[in-house]
Amino acid sequence: MAGVAVTTTINGDAIEYLCQPDETLLDVLRDRLGLTGAKEGCGTGDCGACSIILDDRLVCSCLVLGAEAEGRRVETIEGMAQGDTLHPLQQKFLEHAALQCGICTPGFLVAAKDLLAKNPDPTEEEIRFGLAGNLCRCTGYDKIVRAVQDAASVMKGA
Amino acid sequence: MRYIRPLSIEDAVGQLAGSAGTAAILAGGSDLLVRMKGGFVEPDLIVDIKAIDGLSEIRETAEGFSIGAAVPCAVLGENVALKKAWPGVVEAAKLIGSKQVQGRCTITGNLCNASPAADSVPALVAAGARASVVGPAGRRTIPVQSVPTAPGKTSLAKGEIIEAILLDKRAPRSGDAYLRFIPRTEMDIAVVSAGVNLTLDEHGVVKSARVALGAVAATVLLVEEAAEVLIGSKLDEATLERLAKVCSGACRPIDDKRGTIEFRRKVAGVLAKRAATTAYARAGGK
Repeated sequence: MAGVAVTTTINGDAIEYLCQPDETLLDVLRDRLGLTGAKEGCGTGDCGACSIILDDRLVCSCLVLGAEAEGRRVETIEGMAQGDTLHPLQQKFLEHAALQCGICTPGFLVAAKDLLAKNPDPTEEEIRFGLAGNLCRCTGYDKIVRAVQDAASVMKGA
Repeated sequence: MRYIRPLSIEDAVGQLAGSAGTAAILAGGSDLLVRMKGGFVEPDLIVDIKAIDGLSEIRETAEGFSIGAAVPCAVLGENVALKKAWPGVVEAAKLIGSKQVQGRCTITGNLCNASPAADSVPALVAAGARASVVGPAGRRTIPVQSVPTAPGKTSLAKGEIIEAILLDKRAPRSGDAYLRFIPRTEMDIAVVSAGVNLTLDEHGVVKSARVALGAVAATVLLVEEAAEVLIGSKLDEATLERLAKVCSGACRPIDDKRGTIEFRRKVAGVLAKRAATTAYARAGGK
């Protein structure tokens, strides 16, 4: 199979890579670019652990081909903190202990960031529906929901 | 395997028609990539249609709406005019998958995946939607219900691409609705579903109706007898009971782990009644 040459933007940086035509963007991020924050849970778009933002849309990177990123804007969990300063969502996930094993956490954070960008003041129900594409087998979700609510109020005040 | 991203529909059609092996069209990829991952399909050629001019747009024309084949379902939900004119179609499209899947999946893909349980298809059939098909022989417009022919199979010929789904301009006093039954609260595959589309006269009497059922046969069912029950009525209790009976009778479901034949028949009637009641209210009926 001939490789596909891709020029794209990841977390604000211009990036070039070569990938196979059937290679997912998740595999490109993890195995070629060393961005291992996005996780592979199911690989079929059910669990949300590989969530990224592609041109302002929340998507599962396991359901995007690496070749499709050409000319587009990719945001991953690695772009969320500003240097050593955590994003309010990251800070609140820590404070509320909204994670245990941590595998689902990058996906939840990216999905929650997208949710708050589109709806800065969500109800609990909107948070639960908005994050329904992210599965967590440890927390039972309550702490995650509370962390997102808390982060939303901090971000509104900022 | 080759991946290409043509800029024109003619080029895409030419590449598909001229391909020697298995070719796949890629829009949102939420079905295709899962099938590739599972080893169910190994295309020799992937034609990404998202760079084709106009395919990522919803256009409002004098005739109605044209929804490009590469428009993600999330965008349907953000289109105020479309939501106002065809709330049932939009609510069906918005039921597919999660937020993440919504950002990618398309109603054209949902149609061409040809699952009997596809959420947007009964709503589109009830709406009388048409598909604009481009192929080596030119353009043709066909009713959406003639696209899926069996689970996983479509009537499209080699080289043909659906470029857009077309919805008519709304007549006054019209409304549509879509409902599905799933055992969870979200992110599941329909066990039974129903789409209803109505237009009323000045007195609130149903003038025209279309009723479609999903997941109760090999393809979506357009139940003409159910529409006849509704026409001329104001959706009184007796009419709704007759509607439920006709819909239950029209089902040709299978027994599987998600639902029995008996359950599917009963629920099809219940959902048709409820969807008809919502469509009637949306059309301004009292």
